[in-house]
Amino acid sequence: MTGHRNSRFAQALIYGALVLAAIAFLTPLAWMVSTSLKPLNETMSLPQAWVPSRICWENYPDSIREMHDFWRYAGNSLLLCLLSVTGTVASSALAAYGFSRIEWKGRDKVFFVLLATMMIPFPVVMVPIYGLFKELGWIGTFKPLWVPAFFAGAFNVFLLRQFFLGIPKEISEAARIDGCSEFGIFLRVILPLSKPALLIVGLFQFLYTWNDFLGPLVYLTEQKNFTLALGLQSFQSQNGGTSWHHLMAASTLIVLPVILLFFFTQKSFIEGVATTGRKN
Amino acid sequence: MTKRDRHNLLTGLLFISPWAVGFLAFCAYPLAGSLYFSLCDYSALSPAVFIGGQNYRDLATDGVFWTALYNTLFFAAFAIPLGLVVALGLAVLLNFNVRGRGLFRTIIFLPSLVPMVCLAVLWQWMLNGELGLVNTVLNPVLGVINGILGTDWPAPNWLADARFAKWGIIFTVLWGAGNAVVIFLAGLQDVPRHLYESADIDGANFLQKTIHITLPIISPVIYFNMIMGLIGSLQVFAVPFVMTGGGDGPERSLLFLATYLYQNAFDYWNMGYACAIGVILFLVILLLTLAACKLSERHVFYAGK
Repeated sequence: MTGHRNSRFAQALIYGALVLAAIAFLTPLAWMVSTSLKPLNETMSLPQAWVPSRICWENYPDSIREMHDFWRYAGNSLLLCLLSVTGTVASSALAAYGFSRIEWKGRDKVFFVLLATMMIPFPVVMVPIYGLFKELGWIGTFKPLWVPAFFAGAFNVFLLRQFFLGIPKEISEAARIDGCSEFGIFLRVILPLSKPALLIVGLFQFLYTWNDFLGPLVYLTEQKNFTLALGLQSFQSQNGGTSWHHLMAASTLIVLPVILLFFFTQKSFIEGVATTGRKN
Repeated sequence: MTKRDRHNLLTGLLFISPWAVGFLAFCAYPLAGSLYFSLCDYSALSPAVFIGGQNYRDLATDGVFWTALYNTLFFAAFAIPLGLVVALGLAVLLNFNVRGRGLFRTIIFLPSLVPMVCLAVLWQWMLNGELGLVNTVLNPVLGVINGILGTDWPAPNWLADARFAKWGIIFTVLWGAGNAVVIFLAGLQDVPRHLYESADIDGANFLQKTIHITLPIISPVIYFNMIMGLIGSLQVFAVPFVMTGGGDGPERSLLFLATYLYQNAFDYWNMGYACAIGVILFLVILLLTLAACKLSERHVFYAGK
């Protein structure tokens, strides 16, 4: 599969296919940005131009105003992301350590249970969890959306465990001989060695929380507590089918932070996604 | 058990305790709860009343539920294989040593970062029957096809037409295949080089190498992506929910199991019934995953076994 073995014709074919695929994958994003800069009448008539007759930057402040509490939603999303990322990184690292760096009876059986829980879709357990949070008086607050993150996500534990298993045992042994406690080894030896893996878990959790729709839809009752995803949906259900330029501007604003985050962390990001499919 | 074993067991349990508490509270309890509430008349406003299998009997005669089940299975039956083929195809292309490979990979991966709600709003616009970009591209193509075949096929009004609505959702989801592409690509890069080199010496062509070397070696990755696709597709919710404004589309063509579950739980406060739908959804996922597992025993090749 190396390059020099392919004939010129095959190379051209591969290149052509890749260019086509790139166009197909990029077009919707480009269309979103293009629409977001059009005056309303140009979104409602045919043929639609890629470049509007006048670049309407004002669509952005307008859509923010139309969504009412855009900045508040953004703040809510950010706060939830911050809390969830902190919670899941800390708790998942602890659990992953217990599943990888300490030998105890029944460990692998319990880990199998953890793997099995990844198969349970949220809708299936949604009603009893809702009942539980209702008993606690948490419905309408942010708590249902971040407190569970402090109890480790199965997928994150799985990823971190893979990483911890790759760290040589001797490192822990040396620290143990020096009189380091198990928690000390975790905190001062394993965690500093695992920064890339922790970054990946944090990134995944950030994305998950930023993108989550069903959770906020179920638990948040007041408009002032909405996240950006929920705010956009509520904006869309009021304006669907008419102000596409504003909907696209709002969508662009919500996608943008994610894309920026991706570009700054691209290497670890892609590696992180790639690891999810590898098993040892 | 020696003293050291007991110490290790205690430390180990202490470390996993955050997960263990979460597992009990957000997994084991709600799973058992769903099972129990599915046998109850329960509204979350008043205590649950045990009614036996009534919810399930009601489901059996509920046409809307069968529609939701059919739609969910239809969606999964096309979205999963299409997703696998598209993702694997793109990964194979990206695995060639061409210039700008990193850029292509980034472009293909980007859409999978787009939040579900944005994805839904964007594609609702893309698939708009009159003004959408999809039909703007499709119309001239259909013109040529109609000219050749002498037919008179109009471009579909995707989300407003029960015959095409699910396809609209399938295309929307396919656009986010980038995640699976990256996973496949990593699998392809793990295939030992020397296997291809020996095959080259034997004069094998690209197709033969793909069938006899690449596919068997990356079969665990195919299996992984298939299971992920299975679990994801069967609980499809956000995209159709947002696209239909919280409804179920023309002639209920966009009503899925998760949507119907949500509607029963939070629109009608019929939580017992919603739990029964949840149990069915869980069983469907469980059965299909087990089936995939059985299939994998025969076809998936694990190095070292």
